[in-house]
Amino acid sequence: MRHHRGAQADAAIRIDEESGRFRVARSTYTDPALHAAELEEIFSKCWLFVGHESELARPNDFFTRRIAGRPVIFLRDKEGTVRCLLNICPHRGAQVCRQKKGSAKLFSCIYHGWAFENTGRVISIAEADTYHPKFNEPGCNDMVPVPRFESYHGLWFLNFDPQAASLHDYLAGAREYIDIVMDQAEVGMKVVGEVQEYSARANWKLLAENSTDILHVVTLHPTYLDLIKTNSAGTMVRGKVVGRSIDLGNGHAVVERQASYGRPIAQWIPMWGEEARVEIEAIRARLAARYGEERAHRMSTHARNLLIFPNLVINDIMSVTLRTFQPSAVDYMEVSVWAIAPGEEFGKPAMARRLTNFLEFLGPGGFATPDDIEVLESCQRAFASSREAPWNDLSKGLGREPDATDELSQRIFWLKWRDRLMQRAG
Amino acid sequence: MGLLAALTRPQAEDFLILEASLLNEWRLEEWRALFTDECRYLVPNTNGDPYAPTESSLYLIADDGHHLTERVKRLGKKTAHAEYPRSRTRRLISNVRFLERAEDVVKVESSFITYRASQGVTDTFFGRHEHCLVELEGGLRIKEKRTILDMETLRPQGRLSIIV
Repeated sequence: MRHHRGAQADAAIRIDEESGRFRVARSTYTDPALHAAELEEIFSKCWLFVGHESELARPNDFFTRRIAGRPVIFLRDKEGTVRCLLNICPHRGAQVCRQKKGSAKLFSCIYHGWAFENTGRVISIAEADTYHPKFNEPGCNDMVPVPRFESYHGLWFLNFDPQAASLHDYLAGAREYIDIVMDQAEVGMKVVGEVQEYSARANWKLLAENSTDILHVVTLHPTYLDLIKTNSAGTMVRGKVVGRSIDLGNGHAVVERQASYGRPIAQWIPMWGEEARVEIEAIRARLAARYGEERAHRMSTHARNLLIFPNLVINDIMSVTLRTFQPSAVDYMEVSVWAIAPGEEFGKPAMARRLTNFLEFLGPGGFATPDDIEVLESCQRAFASSREAPWNDLSKGLGREPDATDELSQRIFWLKWRDRLMQRAG
Repeated sequence: MGLLAALTRPQAEDFLILEASLLNEWRLEEWRALFTDECRYLVPNTNGDPYAPTESSLYLIADDGHHLTERVKRLGKKTAHAEYPRSRTRRLISNVRFLERAEDVVKVESSFITYRASQGVTDTFFGRHEHCLVELEGGLRIKEKRTILDMETLRPQGRLSIIV
């Protein structure tokens, strides 16, 4: 069976260097057997984003989330340690915590009353004296933590594979780009407000492809471009996109290019007014003092769309967003989105600019994201014809130094997808 | 007696029914004209405090007058792909009551159910609106509309491409 799925994945990608073609079988978005294989070979073995530690501001704060289908509790325990526990009672399996978020020193199961400290340690079992004396030995009845749980720059990831390589090694070249985003903050990046939760009736890989796709901006998002043209009073007319796509290893990729919109860090537009111009110049000067003129320039004026395989997007564009998507079914995904900002922006006008920029493009009510969801769902509907019209094309830029609107990042994603399903990934 | 002071609950309800009908019929420029120039159209996140300050909290929609005008322009274009072809929508408005009555502003709460049908799928949105109404040039105008969704998340609706 496993061998069969590997062969199926292998056959799903056709590369013909001579005619410059890279194609992906559309059945990969619709086949339940491949979906099951992805849950096993990708979502049970890769590092998956859970949350940012700033969401857990105080000891005992928690969120319940579903990661690759498994209910987990993302929490800061009473000692301040960030943890991730499988949200399942060791006794008979009920979800121990049924609230979406909150603050709790202990969790008590509604079924038979077993209770746990937020470290996962059991503290109470119903009618404990009726069990065999050895039953209640320490560690025997604790909640189960996720097998692996590691962080980078406050971004916490889990891995359901106990044998997985470290998160640090897994992130590979993506660390450099996470640094560029996170180093914009003087006192650390923090989540602003709460997570946005929406969905798309489409296979999760469509959003992985879409999140680093710059080619579609002109055709899919003209109403957003109209808006920013108005906002910038014509000072930021979009020309050819100047930038590049880069393979970061392990299936991760980034597209970095000059930004054609205002950026809170740190590219001014007239709509923000003269006061903001002074503030933004000051932000830029401080960046230059910390990192040198060249890196400060790159941080300030360039946008970057970063995909961390398989399902975390860090887009440092007109605002900074973290986006993850859960493959709930072969044709449905649940999307979670956060805005993050430097700690020093909280309470300052810069934050309002950042949030306005965010909502102009991003999220389910933005001027652009709803059109992305629309087209992903349109693809999913059309894939019903995948027997008669079997191939998606991702050839743009094949055989040359890829620029920002080439399809390199999508090809990188798919090659790693194939490696994973053929069980030959490192 | 001024318009606001004399405003009855049925009159406020009639105003909300008129607003809903303009949205149902995609008469969005006329809908925009129900607002004051400087106004707010707010849809708070389904998570968190629905009254959190927009300057420091992530909303789903937090339009000022400029952005609301631009949103209406966007929805009038064939390139607003999420809403072209236009979805069919129906807004039910109910449970209308006054929350606050001041001399220069009246706050009206209503419950809503909005259906949206597009591409073979029907989605339901539900919650409450809070309208801050003022008097301008002898008529009622919306100074702020806050739409507080009761759904836990935007799943499976996936988007807020219409004015719910």
